[in-house]
Amino acid sequence: MPVTVKTFTTPMEAAAALSSDRAARYIGGGTLLMRALNEGDVSIGTIVRLDDRSLAQVRASGGRITIGAGVTLSQILRDRELAFLHPAARLIGGPAVRTTGTVGGNLFAPAPYGDLSVALLALDATVSVMSGYGARDVALEEFLASRDRSPGALVLSVTCDRPSSPEAFRFRKVARIKPKGVSVLSIAASLPGVGGRVSNPRIAYGAMAPIAIRAKAAERALEGKTLDESGVAAAVAVAAEGTAPATDAIASAWYRREVVGVHLRRLLLGQAG
Amino acid sequence: MLELRKDIFADERDDNLKEIGKPTQRQDMLGHVTATSTYFNDHKLQGMLHLKVLRSPHSHARIRRIDLSEAERQPGVRRIIRGADVPHNLNTLLSLINFGKDDEPTLAVDKVRYKGEPIVAVVADSQREAYEALAKIRVDYEPLPSVFDVEEAMKPGAPVVNETYPKNTFTYHDIYDHQKLRFGDVERGFAAADHILEQRYQMSPIEQAHTETNGSIAAPDTNGRYVVYTSTQALFFSLDTCAKILDVPSNTLHFIGGTVGGGFGGKVDTVTEPLSILGAMLTGRPVRYVIEREEEMIYCAPRGAERIFIKDGVARDGRILARQFRCYFDSGAYTRLSSYAVVKCAAHLPGPYTISNVSADVYCVFTNRVPATAMRGFGVTAVDFAIECQMDKLAHLIGMDPMEFRLINAYRDGDMKAHRREAKNTALIECVQVAAEKAKWPLRDELKRMSSRKDGGGARAAVPATPREPILVSRPAGQQRTPYDRPASPPPEPLRPPPLPPLSPPPAAAPSHGAIRFSSVFGGRRR
Amino acid sequence: MAKTPLQFRHNGRDVAIFVDGGMSLLSALRDEVGDHSPKFGCGQGGCGACTVLVDGEPVVSCVTLAETIAGKSIETADGLKTGPELHPLQTAFMDNFAAQCGYCTPGMLMAAKALLEHNPDPSRVEVVEAISGNICRCTGYESIINAVLAAAARRTERRA
Repeated sequence: MPVTVKTFTTPMEAAAALSSDRAARYIGGGTLLMRALNEGDVSIGTIVRLDDRSLAQVRASGGRITIGAGVTLSQILRDRELAFLHPAARLIGGPAVRTTGTVGGNLFAPAPYGDLSVALLALDATVSVMSGYGARDVALEEFLASRDRSPGALVLSVTCDRPSSPEAFRFRKVARIKPKGVSVLSIAASLPGVGGRVSNPRIAYGAMAPIAIRAKAAERALEGKTLDESGVAAAVAVAAEGTAPATDAIASAWYRREVVGVHLRRLLLGQAG
Repeated sequence: MLELRKDIFADERDDNLKEIGKPTQRQDMLGHVTATSTYFNDHKLQGMLHLKVLRSPHSHARIRRIDLSEAERQPGVRRIIRGADVPHNLNTLLSLINFGKDDEPTLAVDKVRYKGEPIVAVVADSQREAYEALAKIRVDYEPLPSVFDVEEAMKPGAPVVNETYPKNTFTYHDIYDHQKLRFGDVERGFAAADHILEQRYQMSPIEQAHTETNGSIAAPDTNGRYVVYTSTQALFFSLDTCAKILDVPSNTLHFIGGTVGGGFGGKVDTVTEPLSILGAMLTGRPVRYVIEREEEMIYCAPRGAERIFIKDGVARDGRILARQFRCYFDSGAYTRLSSYAVVKCAAHLPGPYTISNVSADVYCVFTNRVPATAMRGFGVTAVDFAIECQMDKLAHLIGMDPMEFRLINAYRDGDMKAHRREAKNTALIECVQVAAEKAKWPLRDELKRMSSRKDGGGARAAVPATPREPILVSRPAGQQRTPYDRPASPPPEPLRPPPLPPLSPPPAAAPSHGAIRFSSVFGGRRR
Repeated sequence: MAKTPLQFRHNGRDVAIFVDGGMSLLSALRDEVGDHSPKFGCGQGGCGACTVLVDGEPVVSCVTLAETIAGKSIETADGLKTGPELHPLQTAFMDNFAAQCGYCTPGMLMAAKALLEHNPDPSRVEVVEAISGNICRCTGYESIINAVLAAAARRTERRA
């Protein structure tokens, strides 16, 4: 069966096409879907494209910011409003991948990829998803857990916190190859109250489980603490709790569990990697 | 940038040469920067078809049944090729120089021996249609126990990987299951040593990872020939291998290579040409077979893993008195170049050092892993890693500076090497001295004054007394043992050191393709 | 197979081709336009051998759907020369021995061109960042970085 490409101008139509055709897949920048096609995935029969400029918009509103699913990583890097996401976006792919790779697409990138969703997870992100019933907001955590089971869902945008200061949101990607390489692991930490006692911290890991996850044990241990050696010790001690890293071509599960605490400590203390 | 140390071996230099010693531009550099260098895939042939293979998901399994009926009906499929379609479906690369037995099928027929082994080839109008047809092929497998470890593979009762070599070791000169190097008497050397160090080293397989994957395009050409654009590093090897596998005179094939997008040994195995040419023969159209990236990394041959045991006897003053090796090269499921890698290994031991007692047993072992092949000094570089780690450990053991340790043991011009050739044009001493200088590693003046051209030869040129060993080989089938047959017993040790002549190899069968006798492979003496 | 017409600008020329559904930009350029300069290295967007410029921005063409570039301007290594004159990057690559097998070279040139168009006087760190999506298995990268810096220096010189 040859592949057909269908281009729509509204999300509703695109979502309908996705849910009515088992062989239909949505294309963002193409870095995930085209790879699958190149490698012989014959389950892909229809490529659904959405030509809708609203998906490439960024809208700030109070303490939150909404980023269209079609916003590319290079677009993020050109936008000063999104400076807090630059450390994550800059380390994804090379310049060419960032030209077409999208925010929405990165939500579907399998571990050890998907570093942007790690950052978004720590920023209490919600995802606006269009299905046959219309658009609804889903917590990113819930979205990631069920993304493989809802192939017909169409991501419209992501909304996340805007950190109060550069110090209040930190991101680190650990890779063997510099300046960019696939993650051994990545860590994002949202640290409200930084400078004094941290309140309601959110820590997210990439490549420490099949999807990006929150490090809830470490978060609980960091609550109310100051960011110094003794303050972070309890969180570092439980850094690997709740993780289930894979052994893959990049690193072994053992190694990832061994070093996650080391990198978390450096991140929280503001030390170089 | 580049620094030429003209002060070293200055009397051997000639700076009046036009090319040697002068920088020169690559003849293909202009082609590279203008993107006009032509790689195999830079050809647009009318009506070109695409070939993809079905690969075994099992490391070791019998093939009970192959059902192509649904696949053959898929749109765009022009031809599906099975093992039975391959005129000569058993080969080994070095049969061209009469080394080794044919052991590897182009397409597996009754058995698969490694995960990824090709079983069936689909030729279709487009890559997509080829993939769709592959998805419809049904194969019934009966999985068999696998063996992945070289020492496990050599134990009695281990699964037989490759029936051509039922003991899972390559056979040299029809009767030996390893390459053997003997020089002096290591047991005497160990007895005289102040310290013994015995270590085990394990290398992983290494992927060549050239940016261009393996591939070829074959097309019917004028006057009954086939033109083949290929990525191979070994154009004539590939041409002759295809002539053998396809059972055609070699002048039927017109191979065009030239620019290779990175090889590093990963393109010496005649990977895609037999099938692309056969596809062209069977369809009458140009056929392209390109290996995909994941296929290349996982299923195409890496350099094989090696397990290396080194036992050294060292004196307090830094001299290595005896060095003994036992090495197992993991050839994977088929021979390819591992048989030759083992010979190269045995020939270069014990490394660039003069040691008067050396012993080595080097095995080429078959396991249910991806077959191994060449990569960057295969047979030598990995063993050298083990040797140099060992040298550092020995130096540490006796409390000596590791640079000094190497200088003391370095070979020099005129020394006898373990495989009974005189060392010539040695330069380890100078390399260590320059490395120390660059690293600002302090060396005593006495060490700085050493030279590869001094203090070699003399007593160091002698071949030491080397005890013979009993020849324990299994007799070829069909030969009866008589009451007069006795295993050879070791002769009494001669105390004078006349060099023993090396064993000459038994006469080999006449090569079937007019192949040339390759003396360094057989170890025959060269005058 | 259903074919979709596709018109775009290729190295300054208007071209019109037909593409199969799902065809990558790399395949469209190589098999339909006949431009063999971008190379296939991985099909995953990871090696950069297929790098071309779309409206001045680098993309990995093996994972770019061909149809998405309708009406856009594509530049490949094939179009770097001006008549018989080499582009400064090409000259710099030659002068600095920045290629061995040559397979990564077209992609490297385009990544470097995109950099120099946006940032005519890059630092070494910026050059490294610009080619971070292009893998070279032969040179060890130093000669390539030197070549890009040399090309930038020449252009800055000329402009001064």
